[in-house]
Amino acid sequence: MSGSTVLENSYELAIIGAGPAGLAAGAMAAKAGLTTIVLDENPAPGGQIYRAVKTTPVRREDILGADYWHGRELVQEFESSGAQLVSGATVWSVSRALELGVSYGGRTHLINARRIILATGALERPFPIPGWTLPGVMTAGGAQTLLKTSGLVPSGRVVLAGTGPLLWLLAAQILRAGGDITAILDTTPRENYVRALRQLPSFLISPYFAKGLRLLTEVRRKTRVISGITKLEAHGQDKLTDVLFAAGNQPATRMSADLLLLHQGVVPNINLTMSIGIAHRWDELQLCWIPVLDRYGNSSVPGIAIAGDGAGIGGALAAAERGRLAAYAAVKALKPEALSHLPSEQLLFQALSKAEAGRAFLDTLYQPPQRFRVPVDDATLVCRCEEVTAGQIRETVALGCEGPNQLKSFLRCGMGACQGRLCGLTVTEMIAAERRVSPEHVGYYRLRPPVKPIPLAEIAAMPQPESALKAVVRG
Amino acid sequence: MTITADAIVIGAGIHGCSTALHLAMRGLKPIVIEKDYAGKHASGVNAGGVRQLARHFAEVPLSVASMELWERIEDLVGDDCGFTSEGQVLVAETEAELESFRARVDELRTTGFTHEELIDHAELKKLVPAVSDSCPGGVVSRRDGAANPFRATQAFRRKAILLGAKVVEGVTVTALTRQGGAWRVSTTAGIFEAPVVVNAAGAWAGRIAAMLGEPVPLEVIAPMLMITSRMPHFIRPVVILRGRKLSFKQFDNGTVLIGGGHLGRADPETNYTELDWTKLSESARTVWDLFPVMRQATIVRAWAGIEARMPDDIPVIGPSSSSEGVYHQFGFSAHGFQLGPGVGALMAELITTGSTNLPIAPFSIMRFSK
Repeated sequence: MSGSTVLENSYELAIIGAGPAGLAAGAMAAKAGLTTIVLDENPAPGGQIYRAVKTTPVRREDILGADYWHGRELVQEFESSGAQLVSGATVWSVSRALELGVSYGGRTHLINARRIILATGALERPFPIPGWTLPGVMTAGGAQTLLKTSGLVPSGRVVLAGTGPLLWLLAAQILRAGGDITAILDTTPRENYVRALRQLPSFLISPYFAKGLRLLTEVRRKTRVISGITKLEAHGQDKLTDVLFAAGNQPATRMSADLLLLHQGVVPNINLTMSIGIAHRWDELQLCWIPVLDRYGNSSVPGIAIAGDGAGIGGALAAAERGRLAAYAAVKALKPEALSHLPSEQLLFQALSKAEAGRAFLDTLYQPPQRFRVPVDDATLVCRCEEVTAGQIRETVALGCEGPNQLKSFLRCGMGACQGRLCGLTVTEMIAAERRVSPEHVGYYRLRPPVKPIPLAEIAAMPQPESALKAVVRG
Repeated sequence: MTITADAIVIGAGIHGCSTALHLAMRGLKPIVIEKDYAGKHASGVNAGGVRQLARHFAEVPLSVASMELWERIEDLVGDDCGFTSEGQVLVAETEAELESFRARVDELRTTGFTHEELIDHAELKKLVPAVSDSCPGGVVSRRDGAANPFRATQAFRRKAILLGAKVVEGVTVTALTRQGGAWRVSTTAGIFEAPVVVNAAGAWAGRIAAMLGEPVPLEVIAPMLMITSRMPHFIRPVVILRGRKLSFKQFDNGTVLIGGGHLGRADPETNYTELDWTKLSESARTVWDLFPVMRQATIVRAWAGIEARMPDDIPVIGPSSSSEGVYHQFGFSAHGFQLGPGVGALMAELITTGSTNLPIAPFSIMRFSK
């Protein structure tokens, strides 16, 4: 992509990601007068949830739903704020000295900031079942991206499998767009319903309650839903032809399918935060790594805050509120005299707590079962890039390999281009299960920049400090 | 409770593990104390070069002896350590550089070492067809090669344990005191005691030396490496430069490792390292110039290990100048991996017999107090 925006060498605030958190943070900081840049990898603002909200070919508003179109307001608010948005920019490195390595317009730029807000959002939890790498198997999030950006509605025999709000939302969107769904295989464990009951009162007052109920009813009316799935496999020679599944203790059943869409929730995208060496903790409810943050979102590295789902899954509304709080903290630190132009801190915290209400219910109800997080079958691939199986990992752990980094050295597990995005959580949980210790104790891959692959040519052509230029002239 | 041993080795890098293995082979019961895990730092994350080529003259005898162990590494540790011998080539970028290499090779020959061979442009292109046509020649050391550093360190650790050594990991040494002819080593997991202590603590060896009242001018460095996505095979030997900093190797899986000693920043307190992209950019430009095929490469990862460097770029090997029963084995200045097997054998010889066949005087810790 050729860049048309001029990047300065330094900004007061740099925000990474133009989803709800990044847009809301950028708008607030720029209104308070901070020179603000928002760097985003996608061609247009919106992040995952509001992807292509300005450009989607899906014009009928009911298909993607009112929650999606809410993103337009955020984008408009952002655009009138004076913050600079750079779309098509990949941030591949952030240092503790608050220097960003950015790939944009075919060139590498090093940008300095006085504060940084990471709003890099979430990614889908790995769903390592037998056959999950077959053509014809993809993630629900991937299918939703195609729907939003290109209006592509899946065709043929479509099976959705897994658990979590996004699975149901995608089902509704496909159906509204005129698509067909052969079946939904619901892997939500039955005991989750009982455990979630305790959290029900707070969920009843959440903005998600009524919408969620309507959505479930809408999908169940039009599609066959099979609950309590305990076994799930994708079969086929060169591409998917069948899905093998079982519910509860019943015998396994085979179902023909052309497309299997998998989803079992989203987790914070921690590649950048881990690469900076920010402290993380293992969250026993969301079953993922979450950066350790104060209530404004400040991380363990001075000057770097995290907002949005990257700070722990909270949904789009909470993401925007967390973005505002992080921006508020940045203004407070850099330009306190401008705070009077912003809403009070108390109002911001109130808005956040309203947006977060009911989250514990969703987290408990949709907590994916162990059997689909830690592969049961030894032949199942865990690391797709380097083709490492669950069995190889178990063997290596039995040999005395105690953590993900040793596993990298032994098996190259997690050393491919995805930098562990597709296997990291599985590997942590597998080692923990084998060694009978906590995931917190096992830890995660030590990640390093570049967090996204970058052409050697770009690194070679990086701007040089003056001393280096002189050396070249002399040589 | 105090745990006793014949020797305490501090640091489970390849040097500490190798010394423990060779002590165990001589019938001693050593304990290795490691603050993280074996091979976590420089030993496990280096470029894996097994190189006699272009070494400091003082190191050549040790390197040649170590090479003999590498060539039978499977017999020694029960694992091939991923060692392959495709040669290492020092490329001259200019005629002047080639002349200086010629002088070096000639001088080596007068002292009886023949592993380095001067090559002209034609032989260079035969060995390394992908190298830029502008390079006039170089030096090859044909028996050199590369190994998998983490796997090798782990193999030494495993074999040492098999022969009776103990390795305790996640345990940090906090103090060293002399008591009745033995060393008391206080750690975060209690007291260990032995008549012999080996300081093989890498970047942290300066602290151990300071605990003994024997401070050394050790610099903590963080040499950086980059690796590419998979590329079609185009090179077999490891290539190094001397003018500009580069070491360059393609793995069997097609990925290409780019190193050469450009330094990032290290914090030995937290094990954190930070990369310096301006310097990595220099590496990228060197590769761009030397290997046109690499202009299409994609960098997928970069990292740095934490290592110790001495002011004269050669290690400290030998007995302590002040503390009886203490031996030093550190400061390998980012080229110690190949020396691991040989220097471990030499340390065991020194500890059990009081002397070594190979000359180690140049590596004495005394050189810093003169």
